[in-house]
Amino acid sequence: MSLYRRVANLFCRAKLERDIDVELRSHIQLRIDDNIAAGMAPEEARRDALLRFGRRNSFMEEARAADTAVVLDGMARDIRHAARQVRKSPDFAITAIVTLALAIAANVVVFSVLNALVLRAVNVAGSDRLFQVVNKNRGNISQSYPDYLDYRSQNTTFRDMAVYRIGFAGLSTGAAAYKCWLYEVSGSYFGMLGVKPEFGRFFDSHDERGPNSAPYIVLSDAFWRSHFGGDRRIIGKTVDLNKQPFTIIGIAPREFHGIEQFFWPDLFLPIVNERQIEGFDFLSNRFSHGSFVIGMLKPGVSAQQASENLNAIAHTLAKHYKADEGLYARLVNPGLFGDQIGEPARGFLSAIMIMTFLVLVAACMNLAGIFAARASDRGRELAIRLAIGSSRWHILRQLLTEALLVSLIGGAAGTLVAAFLLRTLTYWQPFGDFPIHVTVIPDPSVYALALALSLLSGILPGIFPARQIWSMDATQVMKGGASTTAFRRLSWRDLLLGAQIAVCALLLTASLVALRGMDRSLHAAFGFQPQGVMLANTDLNMAGYPHLTVYKRMLEEAARLPGVISVGAINDTPLSSGGDNTTAYREGTTDFRPSNVVLAGSEYAVSPGYLQTAQTHLLAGRDFTWHDDDKAPKVAIVNETFARKMFGGSNPVGRRFAQGDGSLFQIVGVVEDGKYNFLTEHPTPAMFFPVAQDPNSDMTLLVRSHMPPAETAAALNHMFGKVAPDLPFTIQSWQDGLALVLFPARAATVTLGVMGLFAAVLAITGVFGMAAYSVSKRKKEFGIRIALGTQAMQLMRAALARPLLLLLCGSAIGLTLGVFASRLLSEIVYEATPRDPIVMSGVIVAMLLVGILATWVPANRAMGIDPAALLREEA
Amino acid sequence: MLLGSATMAKNDLQGTLDLLVLKTLLRTRSLHGYGIVREIQRASDDLLRVEEGSLYPALHRMEQCGWIASEWGVTEANRKAKYYKLTASGRKQLQAAEQDFQELVKGVLALLRYA
Repeated sequence: MSLYRRVANLFCRAKLERDIDVELRSHIQLRIDDNIAAGMAPEEARRDALLRFGRRNSFMEEARAADTAVVLDGMARDIRHAARQVRKSPDFAITAIVTLALAIAANVVVFSVLNALVLRAVNVAGSDRLFQVVNKNRGNISQSYPDYLDYRSQNTTFRDMAVYRIGFAGLSTGAAAYKCWLYEVSGSYFGMLGVKPEFGRFFDSHDERGPNSAPYIVLSDAFWRSHFGGDRRIIGKTVDLNKQPFTIIGIAPREFHGIEQFFWPDLFLPIVNERQIEGFDFLSNRFSHGSFVIGMLKPGVSAQQASENLNAIAHTLAKHYKADEGLYARLVNPGLFGDQIGEPARGFLSAIMIMTFLVLVAACMNLAGIFAARASDRGRELAIRLAIGSSRWHILRQLLTEALLVSLIGGAAGTLVAAFLLRTLTYWQPFGDFPIHVTVIPDPSVYALALALSLLSGILPGIFPARQIWSMDATQVMKGGASTTAFRRLSWRDLLLGAQIAVCALLLTASLVALRGMDRSLHAAFGFQPQGVMLANTDLNMAGYPHLTVYKRMLEEAARLPGVISVGAINDTPLSSGGDNTTAYREGTTDFRPSNVVLAGSEYAVSPGYLQTAQTHLLAGRDFTWHDDDKAPKVAIVNETFARKMFGGSNPVGRRFAQGDGSLFQIVGVVEDGKYNFLTEHPTPAMFFPVAQDPNSDMTLLVRSHMPPAETAAALNHMFGKVAPDLPFTIQSWQDGLALVLFPARAATVTLGVMGLFAAVLAITGVFGMAAYSVSKRKKEFGIRIALGTQAMQLMRAALARPLLLLLCGSAIGLTLGVFASRLLSEIVYEATPRDPIVMSGVIVAMLLVGILATWVPANRAMGIDPAALLREEA
Repeated sequence: MLLGSATMAKNDLQGTLDLLVLKTLLRTRSLHGYGIVREIQRASDDLLRVEEGSLYPALHRMEQCGWIASEWGVTEANRKAKYYKLTASGRKQLQAAEQDFQELVKGVLALLRYA
């Protein structure tokens, strides 16, 4: 209580002092009144009163001394002093605060994303014992359902295991049809994760009595609210999923969305009913992967023990089943599709984190330089204070308070900016069709980081002038001789600026290298031309159609739309989220074990006309026709990489290959290579099969048209209504459809660009500060030189040689470091190489620009010095 | 600080002034600074006279410690003045200070007798 009052007093000193003044006047007045009453003359009464009162002025000091009992007082005085100092030079304060705010905001944002993506555990109880079972090779994360059953029933180390799979289905309520994303999950799923329904119930293992035995669904809270208006009476109602009846039995809690960090499904249904959704049976097929297996360890069991346990099971399975040859279980943290996204995301974000941290380091160096310059500017003032007995520690404390004040304001501003950006990111839904939310709500650890960074970036630069103050010789400084001579030698400040520029050049190099890599991968040959093509995506299974007739009818109708150049269809377009992989064997293979596989690659079912519509170039052979149907010999079109791997470069047209089920395919055409799964992938084999021989209910209709996209979309919409009225579909341009796969590259490009910009800005402020300071320090000298008739060029050389030399050295060092650092970057960024003339020259030009920009104003200042005015001033 | 009293260690003297002020406020309930000076003088039969200027730092300090509380008021002669009164913790402090003072006096007297 009293401490609060004292602290409060410290900050409202003015009011307090007014208060005391009034009180003292009142006291003296009362005494005068009494004196007059006792018969004194007014004049005498007044004198007597003042005399009796004694040392009036000293009271203020004594009152203050009473407050000083609290240690805080000295600090508060320092803070007020610092605030005064900062207010006195707003240029400096604003520059420092803005630089720091940007640097801290960048750090907070990147750390939050890193935190949300990689560091934070999955939001379920006991997440430290929750693991996903993946395969030996990175990125190979899905299992077959029969293997899951064996793992679950035979292991001794897991409390329980569960399986889930991502899918989608057409949901119709009689009134409307939607496409919705869903999780097919095992009965053990909810129980193992310890999730309780918001209301209604969840299905469990008792509901699983063989295929299609549990026609129940659980809705997500968001889907229930958006599609059923949050109506509780929905429980027990029946809806159709892909034309099959399912009963709604429960609603999941609002915050529960499964354990994939960014995927928010609309509903959950028992995996035993998958056939009704997928249209094919994977429950009894060990070859059919695609299910994600997670398990909760028993208390006291280590991940090591559990993986040994699973591998013993895997070993036995591999002996019994051909499909399980080489089966190997690896435990990883769940949440980001095993380690498929987690690994690259961790790598990339760590690299970005390092870069952002370097930005902060550069900002701190900048700040340290400014503080050092200010300390030496105030040399005379500080020297006087030392001379009259102020302690060095006290002076340092004051400078430090000033630095901390600036850094804390900068930190607060930066955190605000970051919080705003993160909020925007959280509510952002980048992909309309795909239920992805990136929830990056900053948690306490993020704010702790922001505070720590601000304190650090106040203390470190603030301490920098300490050396100066400690070695300060008060008499020397007061004589005024020290400042100009000290400026001649290479000072700590120069080294600091050099280091700052090196860091900035390093950042600039790294960001340019990455930008070039991104640019190259964005403009790499996709193997198709997305411009001018509209996609209509659907799953004929969703409306229970016999596939091929509707399929053909849609193509015919679409071809008749106005402005259409060509139409075609494929099950999933390359670089979309779907897509299948398959393996190929040589003709004549009889033993189809994994070790005899010649190649694995992407597989597509396409209609005649797809290649032409996608503008995938046919290099040899022919396209499919509708005569390539189930009565004709099986045929395929392959890409160049396939041809090279299977036939070593000789003409493959007319030759044959086999698939795992023993069927043979004759190659009728060869197409150019493309990108199939990722932008950054190396050339991958691809096989195209005629849709009439490879029935597939997934259908993406491609329409290449002269018409504007909106008109084509409207025409397609109308066409779907006519041909298949109850079929959910999505229409978008191919370029929008690529957004998902291009997103990481684009996000990275923007991030790296911003980093590069930060680096350039920091370099400019650094060099500018140095040059401006140097000019202002040597004003007198330049005045005399001008008076003596020095040429402009010579003057410039004197004024700017040092900052420019530092810029040159710093840039050279930074560029060299950047070249080495880019080796690390090339692990993450596609085709990142610093040995790129555009990168090299880009960095050099950028640093030159930095030099010109930063020295322009100081140079003009030096040229504009009027010696006469200067001499008058001095006199 | 106290005229007409022996010179003692600073803290003791300060403590004595505190004691006088607190005691005065206990008796009078509420009083302004000038009133306190007058009251001490009157109650001690003019033996103790407080240097008026040094009263206020003491009042300020005691208020910071929470022993006394203040509010602005008006005197009978219609002059604005700040009135002080004792708080609960001030009452406790007074008890402690009184005891301390008794012991101090006892000690000093004993010493004087011995000498």
